[in-house]
Amino acid sequence: MSDTNEQFGKQTRQDDPLMIAEDWMKAGRDVAIATVVETWGSAPRPVGSHLVIDAEGNFEGSVSGGCVEGAVVAEAADVLAQGTPRMLEFGVADETAWEVGLSCGGRIKVFVERLG
Amino acid sequence: MDPLSLKKLNALRRERRAAILLTELTDGRDRVIREGDPVAGSLGEAVARAFRSGRSGAVEIDGNSFFLNVHLPPPRLVVIGAVHISQALAPMARIAGFDLTIIDPRTAFASPDRFPGVDLHAEWPDEVLKSAPLDAYTALAALTHDPKIDDPAILAALKAECFYIGALGSRKTHAKRVERLMAAGAKSEAVARIEAPIGLDIGASTPAEIAVAVLGSVIAALRSRGLMAKDGTGKEQAA
Repeated sequence: MSDTNEQFGKQTRQDDPLMIAEDWMKAGRDVAIATVVETWGSAPRPVGSHLVIDAEGNFEGSVSGGCVEGAVVAEAADVLAQGTPRMLEFGVADETAWEVGLSCGGRIKVFVERLG
Repeated sequence: MDPLSLKKLNALRRERRAAILLTELTDGRDRVIREGDPVAGSLGEAVARAFRSGRSGAVEIDGNSFFLNVHLPPPRLVVIGAVHISQALAPMARIAGFDLTIIDPRTAFASPDRFPGVDLHAEWPDEVLKSAPLDAYTALAALTHDPKIDDPAILAALKAECFYIGALGSRKTHAKRVERLMAAGAKSEAVARIEAPIGLDIGASTPAEIAVAVLGSVIAALRSRGLMAKDGTGKEQAA
C-alpha cells in the first residue's frame, strides 16, 4: 500500500483490525488490542498499527509484519486475564527482541490493552 | 479500550469522518475526538497538529503520556466526465492510492469497455452524489467542458468543502463559469478555490500528461490540507 494510505484512511474494509475487534466483541469474545505507539529506525509497521487478539490466541492485523507478533500474542493472554494494560518494547538492543526475531534493525513500543 | 470508544470510532470511520482515539498510556483510559471537537490547551494543539498531518504519535503533556491515533478517511477522487483524460487518470489515481469514481451521464462516454474495473456511473452527478456524497476528503475534477454536467458537481463540491476542486477549461471559459456559479449562489472566496485551468503548470499537452498534472494538483492539495484553509488557495504554502 502506498504511503497515502498509511496516513489517510487506514483500511475500513473486511481486514481492518478495529472492525474485526468490534465484531469479535459483539460475538461475546474477549479481545485484546495491541497498538504500535512509537518506532525508531526501520520499523516495518507505522505508528498506530493494530494487532487484535482473542482469548484463544487468534489474531488479526500486525504490529511488526511478523517479527514480534508471537510475543505480543503471549503477552495479550496475560493482559486479558489481568485487565491492566502494559507497554512492551522490542528492539535490537534487547536480547528478547533478537529471540523474537526483530532483527531488521528497528525498535518498537507496543501498547497492549483489554477491550472492556 | 472502552468498548463504547471502539464503537464510536468505527462508526465515524464508516461515515468517512476524521477522528482521533486519544489514549492515556498510564491507565489506558481513552476517548474519541472528532475533527472540530474543542480540545483545550497543549493537548488541543497536539490534536489539531495530528488531524492536519494525519500522523499518529505519543505526546507528553503536563507529565502525562498520551497516544493519539489518527484515523483519516481514505482520499477519494471523483471525476466528472468519462473523457480521454479520465481514461489515463483512472489507473494513475489508483496507483497513487485514491479511491476513484467517474461520473458521466453520456452513455457513449461512460462505457465500461472504455473504463475496465473502474467505479463508473452513466448518470447525472446529482443522482450519484445523492448516494455517495462529496466530503472534505474527496477531490473533484470536472472534465466534461459541459456546464450542464460540470456546474452542479462543482457547486456540490464547494458546499462539501472538497479538499481539491479543479475544472477543465481556459481562463476565458472559467471566467464565464465563475459568473454562472456566483449567479447560482456560490460565494466568491469559495469559487476562488477552483483550480482552472486544471492541473499543475507542467506544460502538459496530451490527455495522459494532463492527467499527470491533475493528479499532481490533487496530491499537493491533499498534503497541504489545513494550510489551504488559511489562505484559500494553498498554492503558496504547497509550493
